[in-house]
Amino acid sequence: MSSDHHDSKLAHHFDDLEQQFDANKFGMWVFLLTEILFFSGLFVAYATYRSNHPDVFQYASQFLDTNLGAVNTAVLLLSSFTAAWAVRAVQLGQKNLVTTLLGITVLCACGFMAIKYMEYSHKYHEGLLWGNAEHSIFKENTADVASSVREHGHHWGDVKDLDPEFRRQTGIFFGIYFCLTGLHGIHVLLGIILMLWLMRRNMRGDFSPEKYDAVDCGALYWHLVDLIWIFLFPLLYLIS
Amino acid sequence: MSDSHDHSSAGHVLSLKMLAGTFVALLLLTALTVATGKMDLHGFDLGVAMIIATIKATIVALIFMHLKWDRPFNGYIFLVAILFVGMFLAYVVVDTNTYQNDIKGWTKENISNSTAE
Repeated sequence: MSSDHHDSKLAHHFDDLEQQFDANKFGMWVFLLTEILFFSGLFVAYATYRSNHPDVFQYASQFLDTNLGAVNTAVLLLSSFTAAWAVRAVQLGQKNLVTTLLGITVLCACGFMAIKYMEYSHKYHEGLLWGNAEHSIFKENTADVASSVREHGHHWGDVKDLDPEFRRQTGIFFGIYFCLTGLHGIHVLLGIILMLWLMRRNMRGDFSPEKYDAVDCGALYWHLVDLIWIFLFPLLYLIS
Repeated sequence: MSDSHDHSSAGHVLSLKMLAGTFVALLLLTALTVATGKMDLHGFDLGVAMIIATIKATIVALIFMHLKWDRPFNGYIFLVAILFVGMFLAYVVVDTNTYQNDIKGWTKENISNSTAE
């Protein structure tokens, strides 16, 4: 390779575009490994707590809306499909299609967050929160529960008769629920920013069938976010 | 690097038929897991849900994430991540179950002490 005619798409320390592509992708996979291990701490917290308190999980999951969870699963799968299709489109040089598909991916991600917002705000109003949250109805001592959720919440009548220790443990379930779905939600928000950045770069003409590493790695990140939700959905919403 | 073309995923284009088929398969598996989740499977509920989720995750990893056509090393990285999560999980669950009776005994003792006072 002659350095006088250095390809602007190729960084100096690589021999050719293919080597550069493989190195980028390798780096992305190592990043995904750290992401999996990052989430694993919360999954292990879930597993430990569920194996010791299966009855708490069974009781608490009735407060989660299975239908909204299933719709969100479908929405994320659709966005994964359009992200994978965007990679195909960029490989074939279909520039406008790439923009459209990334746009649909962003819309799906926003839809996912909108449904998540509905779920979260419902839980906030009903006091279905971790035990030491101000509005939580899962406090060991019933006197500590805020009067607003006692008077307006729909679940207080049921929850107030629980064994105090069981009620406290249900609060821990919601702590795990909010940590897992919250960390996942932050990843969805980051994914939206990532997809918008890729759209802008695509419209600027940064990508071609020879050089599309960023779209490929961005799609890989998005698929991982989908993968994590594939496990979160049955673990949280489908406890019977 | 002469054989790199055989393994590099650069340039491998997935057909639209395969992408759409994968998407439909994932939707069907989601419907299946919702249906089985509502049934009483006599203690196998979690196992069945995890098997379906693992099948879905494998499909996403192999096809959407291109691992089937990628350099095998990227797949190994993914498998190593799963392996370490498994080890993490196994050790913690075994450890916590070992001491669970002590913890429960301690809590009960404490509660009866505090009510006695």
